[in-house]
Amino acid sequence: MSAKIIQRNTKRMKKVKVDSVTIDIIESALRSARYEMDTVLFRTAMSPGIREQHDEFPMIANLEGKMVVGQFGSFINSFIEGYDGTIEEGDIFMTSDPYSVNGAVSHANDWLLLMPVYKGGRLIAWSAMFGHMTDIGGKVPGSLPTDARQIYEEGICVPPIKIYKGGQLQEDVLKVILHNCRLPMWNLSDFNAIVAALKTAGIRCVELSTRFGDDVFYSAMDAMLERNKRAMRELILRTVPEKKQYFEDYVCDDGMGMGPYKIACTMWREGEKCIFDFAGTDPQSVGAINFLLNDEMFKMFAGVYMIMVFDPQILFNDGFYDLMDVRIPAGTLLKPLKPAALSCRTHALGRIFDILGGLLGQGNPAFMCAAGFSDSPHIMYSGYRSTGEWYQLFQIGFGGIPGKPFGDGPDGHSLWPSFTNVPNEFLESYFPLRIETYETIADSGGPGKNRGGNALRVGYRFLEPGEISIHDDRWLTYPWGVNGGLPGTRSRKLLTRADGSEEQIPAKCDRIKVEAGDLLYFDTWGGGGCGDPLEREPERVAFDVDAGLVTVDGARRYGVVVGLDAVVDLAATTALRAKMAKERGAVKLFDRGFESIDELKGRCLAETALPAPRQPKFNRRGKAA
Amino acid sequence: MSYRLGVDVGGTFTDLLLVNESTGQTWTAKVPSTPADQSIGVLNGIARVCERAGIEADKIEHVMHGTTVATNTVLTGTGARCGLVTTKGYRQVMQIARSFVPGGLGGWVIYNKSLPMAPLSCTIEADERVGAKGEIVRALDEQHLRVQLQSLKARNIEALTVSLINAYANDTHERRIRAIAAVELPGIPVSLSSEVVPEMQEYERTVTTVANSYVRPKVQKYVHNLQTKLGQKSKNVKLHILRSDGGLASAKSSEEYPVNLLMSGPAGGVTGALWVAVQAGFPNLLTVDVGGTSTDVALIMNGEPRLRRETTIGDVTVRASSVDIRTVGAGGGSIAHVPELTKALRVGPQSAGADPGPAAYGRGGCEPTVTDANVVLGYLPEMQRLGGDMELNRTLANTAVKKVGDALGKNVKDAALGIYNIVNENMVGALRLVSVEQGHDPRDYALIAFGGAGPLHANALSRLLGSWPSIIPPGPGVLCALGDATTAVRDESSRTFIRKFADTSAKEVHDILSALADDAARALEREKVPRAQMRIGYQVDIRYHGQGLQLTVAVDLKELAKNGLAAVSGPFDAEHKRLFTFVLPLEHEVVNLRAVVQGRGITIDRPALARGGPDPKAAAVGKQKTYMDGRDYMATVYDRAKLKAGNRVAGPAIVMEMDSTTVILPRHHGIVDKAGNILIYPDGNKGRGAASAAPRAKPKASPKAAAKTKAKPKSKPTPKAKVRSKGRK
Repeated sequence: MSAKIIQRNTKRMKKVKVDSVTIDIIESALRSARYEMDTVLFRTAMSPGIREQHDEFPMIANLEGKMVVGQFGSFINSFIEGYDGTIEEGDIFMTSDPYSVNGAVSHANDWLLLMPVYKGGRLIAWSAMFGHMTDIGGKVPGSLPTDARQIYEEGICVPPIKIYKGGQLQEDVLKVILHNCRLPMWNLSDFNAIVAALKTAGIRCVELSTRFGDDVFYSAMDAMLERNKRAMRELILRTVPEKKQYFEDYVCDDGMGMGPYKIACTMWREGEKCIFDFAGTDPQSVGAINFLLNDEMFKMFAGVYMIMVFDPQILFNDGFYDLMDVRIPAGTLLKPLKPAALSCRTHALGRIFDILGGLLGQGNPAFMCAAGFSDSPHIMYSGYRSTGEWYQLFQIGFGGIPGKPFGDGPDGHSLWPSFTNVPNEFLESYFPLRIETYETIADSGGPGKNRGGNALRVGYRFLEPGEISIHDDRWLTYPWGVNGGLPGTRSRKLLTRADGSEEQIPAKCDRIKVEAGDLLYFDTWGGGGCGDPLEREPERVAFDVDAGLVTVDGARRYGVVVGLDAVVDLAATTALRAKMAKERGAVKLFDRGFESIDELKGRCLAETALPAPRQPKFNRRGKAA
Repeated sequence: MSYRLGVDVGGTFTDLLLVNESTGQTWTAKVPSTPADQSIGVLNGIARVCERAGIEADKIEHVMHGTTVATNTVLTGTGARCGLVTTKGYRQVMQIARSFVPGGLGGWVIYNKSLPMAPLSCTIEADERVGAKGEIVRALDEQHLRVQLQSLKARNIEALTVSLINAYANDTHERRIRAIAAVELPGIPVSLSSEVVPEMQEYERTVTTVANSYVRPKVQKYVHNLQTKLGQKSKNVKLHILRSDGGLASAKSSEEYPVNLLMSGPAGGVTGALWVAVQAGFPNLLTVDVGGTSTDVALIMNGEPRLRRETTIGDVTVRASSVDIRTVGAGGGSIAHVPELTKALRVGPQSAGADPGPAAYGRGGCEPTVTDANVVLGYLPEMQRLGGDMELNRTLANTAVKKVGDALGKNVKDAALGIYNIVNENMVGALRLVSVEQGHDPRDYALIAFGGAGPLHANALSRLLGSWPSIIPPGPGVLCALGDATTAVRDESSRTFIRKFADTSAKEVHDILSALADDAARALEREKVPRAQMRIGYQVDIRYHGQGLQLTVAVDLKELAKNGLAAVSGPFDAEHKRLFTFVLPLEHEVVNLRAVVQGRGITIDRPALARGGPDPKAAAVGKQKTYMDGRDYMATVYDRAKLKAGNRVAGPAIVMEMDSTTVILPRHHGIVDKAGNILIYPDGNKGRGAASAAPRAKPKASPKAAAKTKAKPKSKPTPKAKVRSKGRK
């Protein structure tokens, strides 16, 4: 089945020659239209997740659905192929079903809206955007139930539908959807905001097409894709070896007491084509940590990562997709079969970036970054105020950016594009809580020539009774270091009750009851170190000690002897470094912080106060429904 | 008879424009800047301009001044060593910032964060806590604080910032800490976040207040010095400093809140350029201000400069409104060099500054600069006297530029042309940021060039961008001073007042607005503006409860009394619908209340030019060997003072005046208009005509542009001075 595109004017676009200045102008204007989509969205959305943290992703694609500006890759083709109906002027499509769009969105909280842009009765472009809804109903507030076993437990799931038909909002449909959400006003407002953003992009495309002519607009977009393909071809030839590179990493647990889950990938080059094969990845989980990874989206991840590491001047778009081949075996953690639960996919999604770093780096160790804050851990807090009013918070955590060849990783930052933290004053004025501590944790970044960023500690003092949910990872495995760099610290959650008693909270859980006065310390994890810490300039270590980012004891992990006054004892430092270098021997390419999974599990309880997860059991799965 | 004076201090020259407030007659002067103590240059200039006007300095009543002291302090990283006091648990607020990593997916790979302006080692925590509603959760531990402040004393801090959580809702603890700091750290200026920017969002409030502290000692010293010295010359004089958003601040407020001055100098230029260009009939403009060390560019659409709620200097962004100006480190003093490794020709961002300046100035500089290249190319003729009396040494310029030529294996002329072309490309880069990258086609805009060196590059820039005409205003170097002088005194008073409509009333809003207007009016009275001359506007920032955006709605007090709060929510809903295509069935919420009060601008009488025929030969004063587009040309040199309205100056030509030098390239010509502007066009093609062609992207249709101006009308440019130009109808 495939959608039928209806056009009043069926004259085909003509490929014409466009001078490079015009391409530059169209390219810049499209890029700023894409930022304008963000601006419109942020100004009118209501959920803090979208408005403050920017958990949303806009794009503009050419009429064939190839993304020209944006950063979450083309899913329009998958959509057109999977949609059985017509595409007409004035339509806006909506879906939140990952299984209907090959994982273009990967859990049902992400609402994806697509709009065909018409001019003079002809399709000239697409605008699209998805954003994370704070709640879509289902069994727990926030709609990310850790113990879900099927997608049907995870709230309302919208198949590809026309939510606007010929310019008319299908109000009844929207009413049904909103009726299933705990915070319908937020959903409505975010929905309206996304529609407004799509329309803004549409207006900009029509303006550009009017200014330069349809054929020029079309051809310029094509030229932009071609530019990118040329640059990427060169990059792949230069940086991806024909010899197979293998890397694996883990999601620590599934929230049901089992783990870790392995993600394995082999990368090599055949001619100008780069191949990624995920054979060896664990089967799909019976729980909700599965990540339906869209092939095209993975290409985009890989392409962006390569561009950033090797040549950030290259403009990024879909042009190079033919140059990559992604193979993901069905039934695995990365290609689960319906109706596997998907809501808690964020950990596997984040881990993909560590996998990419490990793969691409092996062939080019000088360009290799350590493992970092490869996740977006969440906390939810909800309940009724004493006034009877329902409150519901969804917040994303931040952590240590990895040490990288070009410098230290920032402390308590985001690995995701355009994410920002929610100002604590905003939180305190809208939710019954107080943020008592908001700081990074000294020594949590992995030591290295370039230090990993420190983890973030947030102290939540709850002011009303309620329930919290946690979605976190890297509590068992470490964010690894590279080229001699050491791993960063792991995450942990400590709940101190009003009566002074303490409990360690597991990484993934729902419905933890809290009372007014309880205090939760949510510690995220640090970035791994990059390069030999014994080579870090002693004055840089002393600077961090003076700033309180590294302790006097922590400085010794760099072989630096420094006092509380941040003055380096150079003689002692030289001696200590010589001794450490001798004991250590050659530096490791990767330092994962453990010898084997069994060895890691063996010390789990003692180190984390949490029992080690059991070996995952993989259920027989049903046939795709 | 009273006079007002506009003063612009640039990196190289200090420009002054004196206006007789009753007749509108003007005089200008230009003197070298004195970077070590800028006030010396200013006073030299005052002496010069008063002499020209034949008046005593004590006739000057208002001095309106755009200054780059704050800007340069941030750019050169030479601000105060700042201490910072935060609430316990928030010591790293500057280190964490908003956790934002620029550059899209994977941007972290190349992102190296710069160090905060208040070092972590000088940041202490106060044991205290205020809640979100302003309630005191934990009283301030004063003993603990005193000990902490002593540790800052040991670190020799030069300025202190206090930024506590929720201080926007209750400033008691911040004020108490200031009182304690006065005892523990005597003589150290203290900035409070609750005074500098009393708004929600702890990081933005903190970084803005820290920036205020960072530039404060330097600005304070400078303004204070200048005020004192001016006072010695004239008892009646009032010093006003131009703010980044084009408004004026009193000397006192400038000393306390210098964070509002980060774009002071450039804002004067944009204001002046706008004034001139609108007179000439070009409301759509790219402005290019080429100074000694940098070039500032801005875009003006339909006579309105774009404004931003933020000010960005280097990589510091603070919450203070400013004209949207982009700066590139390319100016007359920019040094050309050829890196050993790449053998590529690079120009700037290093600059020879005012002292020693370019080699051609003969003050000991020997590095090749853009000015030296202009001398070698013949664009700055030997007969030119910069500022009226500074001789150019061609031999020294040649020697300097030869260094670059040798490194490149080129002759001196080609090396000079290379420098000229590269610096032009750098300027075009900045112009693209404000035009193409914002979706504006530069071909729909005229380009106006000023600053001492702007007219040397204008023709070349217009050619690169297709922006015609190049407008060269008369006295282009003095344009910033003109902008300063024509700015109206203006003040505003605002208060954060977050209330759902159900929790307030039209009466309460009315009363607060009236009180705010009173406040602002009193401030203006202190600036000697009589109340009868003031215009008062009222604004309410409003949003849907729970929404992040706020729109600014202008309110009429009578309307408010008559229709209640619907006088605010009605226009808000209409605007929301217009901008975003929908309204929400939600309660409205007031966020900020504001009164804006402004005095009348002045009338300026710029002398109109006598009418002449198309032939400019009466103004020709000589010939000059030049090297343009890779060929030798004998250019005619004109004296701008002798040009008449209607003259058509064919390129290649050099037009000299005291302020600056205009280059007209071969196959281009300049038309002299009635006001004395030179309008440069390519031969045989008048271009698309920016005057008539309205930009295609209409501002009102753009949610972003409209929302921006709408959301912040308080930073709208000040009303322009009325113009009486004799030559025009």
